[in-house]
Amino acid sequence: MSPLRAYGPILLLGAALASMPFFAASNTLLNAMVLALVIALAAQGWNILGGYGGQFSFGHAAFFGMGAYGTALLQTRFGVNAYAAFAAAVALGSAAGLAIGYLSFRSGLRGSYFALVTLAFAEVFRILANAWPFTGGAAGVLIKLDVRAETFQFASRAVYFWIALGLVVAVMLINRSVERSRFGAWLVAIRENEDAAKALGVDTFSVKLKAITLSAAITAISGAFYAQYFLFLDANIAFGPWISVEALLAPIIGGLGTVFGPVIGALGLHFVAEITRAVAGRVPGIDLALYGTLLVVMVAFARDGIIGLLTKARARLFGSRA
Amino acid sequence: MSADAILSVEHASKRFGGLLAVDDASLVARRGRITGLIGPNGAGKTTLFAMISGFIVPTAGRIMFEGADVGGLPPHRRAVAGIARTFQIVQPFAGLSVRDNIAVGAHLRRSARAEALAKADEVAALVGLGDMLHRPASDLTVSGRKRLELARALATDPKLLLLDEVLAGLNPSEVRDVVPVIHAIRDAGVTIVMVEHVMQAVMSLCEDIYVLAQGRIIAAGAPREVTRDPKVVEAYLGHGAAARIAAREEAARG
Ligand SMILES: Nc1ncnc2c1ncn2[C@@H]1O[C@H](COP(=O)(O)OP(=O)(O)O)[C@@H](O)[C@H]1O
Ligand SMILES: [Mg+2]
Repeated sequence: MSPLRAYGPILLLGAALASMPFFAASNTLLNAMVLALVIALAAQGWNILGGYGGQFSFGHAAFFGMGAYGTALLQTRFGVNAYAAFAAAVALGSAAGLAIGYLSFRSGLRGSYFALVTLAFAEVFRILANAWPFTGGAAGVLIKLDVRAETFQFASRAVYFWIALGLVVAVMLINRSVERSRFGAWLVAIRENEDAAKALGVDTFSVKLKAITLSAAITAISGAFYAQYFLFLDANIAFGPWISVEALLAPIIGGLGTVFGPVIGALGLHFVAEITRAVAGRVPGIDLALYGTLLVVMVAFARDGIIGLLTKARARLFGSRA
Repeated sequence: MSADAILSVEHASKRFGGLLAVDDASLVARRGRITGLIGPNGAGKTTLFAMISGFIVPTAGRIMFEGADVGGLPPHRRAVAGIARTFQIVQPFAGLSVRDNIAVGAHLRRSARAEALAKADEVAALVGLGDMLHRPASDLTVSGRKRLELARALATDPKLLLLDEVLAGLNPSEVRDVVPVIHAIRDAGVTIVMVEHVMQAVMSLCEDIYVLAQGRIIAAGAPREVTRDPKVVEAYLGHGAAARIAAREEAARG
């Protein structure tokens, strides 16, 4: 694949989305878009490890929460500059990924065992953050409102939208370059058949460690951005199961192990969720019921997600490109 | 260990619970040659290969490769050292194209994607998968999957190639296609150890043969000698078979 064909569509999609605030600038819509992009980022992180590497995590909230709490606490407790806090929080999230990866992959955890261990870590973090005074306990953390570019706070929602979009596009470009690298080839090989990968000289432990570290860093970016946007978080938001679920649902629905899958999945999910809310009103739990239904439908009829359906449709229209 | 031995297995044993799958087996693979490992089903051939490639840790014994004890190395480090294996039960990366499958092997000594893909194309052509490059591995026939196993291993540029029944399940004309490929690999300087049941191929390819039965090496030598060895005939055909055959030949002659 030529670089143009590899990276061109990503930049095109980015440019198209970037023009949105010029046509539809309602705060409600921008707010929904920012939230969808935050989910997209978390999902892009999950997709590195789960989609490409086949290591399904049920606990990416652990990394999202590290990013969110890191950013918030460094500013509120230590007066660190917002941008520096953001960077440090991402480093913290990836360190958490490295640590959890080291512990679980070293002991050879795979499949549902790995999934459960990640879930357990996220839950432990949630319970600790909820109890510990340093993290604000059950009351959570409020970042002081101080709307200035220096504090990473903006009056216009469009600015947040563009920043979130920029991050999502940057991660798509990173994903594409991973796909085109030796690391990416090894990661996918591990997903497809770990023993065969080992026989071909793949150091599966180190590749998985790198993958979870990168994966955690990206999801931590999502959490850090979330905190910076809403200026408030508590344990149930930052380390809650909701984000673990959304982070894995979006790639499954959009297309596992693809560049566009997590983004299309996240945007699609939120579009559907908004429509349901408009039609059905605010029925408690309706989102989860809807997500559950969508998941069952996708798993039963479209294992390769929306991207898989699109690829198939294109092959049918234009003849198989093999 | 003789000077031209690239691999020597020294008194290797492997116990699975109450079963001694490999029992004090020793063998030597000479550099640049094709060594055959034959024996009835369940003899321990695959287990022995798994010990050489690092997938199974021996209960006892040493694995020497190029003069160094590699017994403590994990599988990927042995691949780096130059030991490649195929799996008797094929292990394709089913969701990937034939080309991407082979490229994983090629990446071992090539970090650039373009170089790995070029190597994959070259190896695919060598094993006769040249026109399947863009097909998913799951589309391949039995013979295609065996070739893919061979291609991936070969793409790692091994010094020693362990082939576990790559001809099994192939029809005679497919066997005739693959045998020259194995010859070509050897001629390119790769030492080969092969487990094989297709005797015609074993006889035409192997210079040295070891016979494993119930975990023990019961015979070793040139193909002609080994197949005439009464112990070997009995291992394959059952107790007393050698005597019966000799008697029958006697009767036919007499
Ligand atoms: N992982 C294992 N656990 C228990 N028994 C095994 C295992 N692998 C092989 N065996 C047993 O060891 C013996 C040798 O098997 P194997 O090496 O596959 O023989 P071969 O390749 O010569 O047919 C068989 O009896 C087999 O059932
Ligand atoms: Mg076997």
